[in-house]
Amino acid sequence: MALSKQTQSQIKRSLFIIALLPLIRLIWLGSQDQLGANPVEFITHSTGTWALVALLLSLAVTPMHRLLGLNWVIPLRRMLGLYMFFYASLHFLTYLWLDHWFDWPEISQDILKHPYVLVGFLAFILSIPLAVTSNDGMVRKLKHRWKQLHRLVYPIAILVVLHYVWLVKKDISQPLIYAGILTILLGCRLMYQKRLKT
Amino acid sequence: MLIGKPSDINPSDITPQEIFHRRRDIIKAAGLGAIILANGGLNPAALAAEIAHKPKIPGFRKTTYGDSEKLTPYEDVTTYNNFYEFGTSKENPAANSALFNPSPWSISIEGEVSKPRKISLEELLKLAPLEERIYRMRCVEGWSMVIPWVGLPLSALIKWAEPHGNAKFIEFISMADPNTMPGVRAPLLDWPYLEGLRIDEAMNPLTILAVGLYGEQLQNQNGAPVRLVVPWKYGFKGGKSLVRIRFVEKMPQTTWMRAGPKEYGFYANVNPEVEHPRWSQASERRIGGGLFSRRVPTQMFNGYAEQVGQLYSGMDLRKHF
Repeated sequence: MALSKQTQSQIKRSLFIIALLPLIRLIWLGSQDQLGANPVEFITHSTGTWALVALLLSLAVTPMHRLLGLNWVIPLRRMLGLYMFFYASLHFLTYLWLDHWFDWPEISQDILKHPYVLVGFLAFILSIPLAVTSNDGMVRKLKHRWKQLHRLVYPIAILVVLHYVWLVKKDISQPLIYAGILTILLGCRLMYQKRLKT
Repeated sequence: MLIGKPSDINPSDITPQEIFHRRRDIIKAAGLGAIILANGGLNPAALAAEIAHKPKIPGFRKTTYGDSEKLTPYEDVTTYNNFYEFGTSKENPAANSALFNPSPWSISIEGEVSKPRKISLEELLKLAPLEERIYRMRCVEGWSMVIPWVGLPLSALIKWAEPHGNAKFIEFISMADPNTMPGVRAPLLDWPYLEGLRIDEAMNPLTILAVGLYGEQLQNQNGAPVRLVVPWKYGFKGGKSLVRIRFVEKMPQTTWMRAGPKEYGFYANVNPEVEHPRWSQASERRIGGGLFSRRVPTQMFNGYAEQVGQLYSGMDLRKHF
């Protein structure tokens, strides 16, 4: 299915706005003092959740293209990836600032001693080179190595889901939903890789 | 108005009872709904506006406990709760407990006592004068509140029950009714919820059975009509909506000990030096401080060391966490 250039850019613009809604909602709720009993936790959970959602949507693009033949989704992948980085940055900043007030000794201890914090931190660090090399210039410059580098998104996604599973006290039903979706998305890739070989 | 004949309703249109009872969970499991709910609904504060106040409790006396502390606002105390019988998110207990009816109520007193019988809530309230106690409550998750409870010392009930010499521990068992408590329908924890204290901990003057907060009867989400409050221990030690109190010889295996033996011990005393295996317990976030409030250092025994420290003299608190 081929869409006109105009429709393509309309879809892109719409996605840009839709993906900003979670942030707009947080700002609006914050300005109304409506973030609930534990606003820091609320912002942390919200930005973390939307980073994960953007990440999974970006990983859904290739299967949608290869298995369902949807071409128009391909140009959305970069924006979804960048939104993942955007919400992950807000998530990390909330942790550094509103939760720990840049208390570096406390923060470094927290990262080193607690596996769920460590895997979240690693996922964020690993996603920095992907965000930095996301523009067309870098794609051209890095050539085939660009693709290799951006395969980092797979370990990042696994670390992010682990981060979620490990932080929950007992009820892991929510993180398991995301883990299930990630498994399907990674499974799709194994499937069409196998198909290419045979 | 036309009233349809019974045959107008196709049997297949009737929602099976099981689905009807689980409708909230089912909606929750559905895609985007899961994300929005994980984010505390579209507006987390909207819930607070829906909380109706409870009847005032007449004639309780004020005490000097914690009277210098800044109270956590009523709307936060009643909308940010851990009460897994009503669901695992903080908003679930306030949102899902409307069907729960805490009246009439009685507690079954069992085990090694001279009076193994039921005591009604009315009888319980006559055992000692009701008092207001302003206590800090520290949750094992790293947040805390300051709550003006209304209740009576647990020791009054213990004396009334006349425990035998071999009653070394007390078990506190909560209501587990799948019809009015949607969380109980999932086997997340080993229902009914069971907590326990050593008898000297239970006799300590700080330990109370609370029946109210902010001068009003308890909301369902806070453990109506009667719950345990042990302010020097993590919040989960305070069993809610108690239906049985059992005097036993051996240390009980509590619900959280069974759910996570490496993470939750029998004592669960607030201790900034003993970490939860997955997170630090050195500091806590005071609920009600707003977006820009900083964490405060957690105190040994939640600041009640003077009153309870002697209960644990000579014990290795790393081992007996």
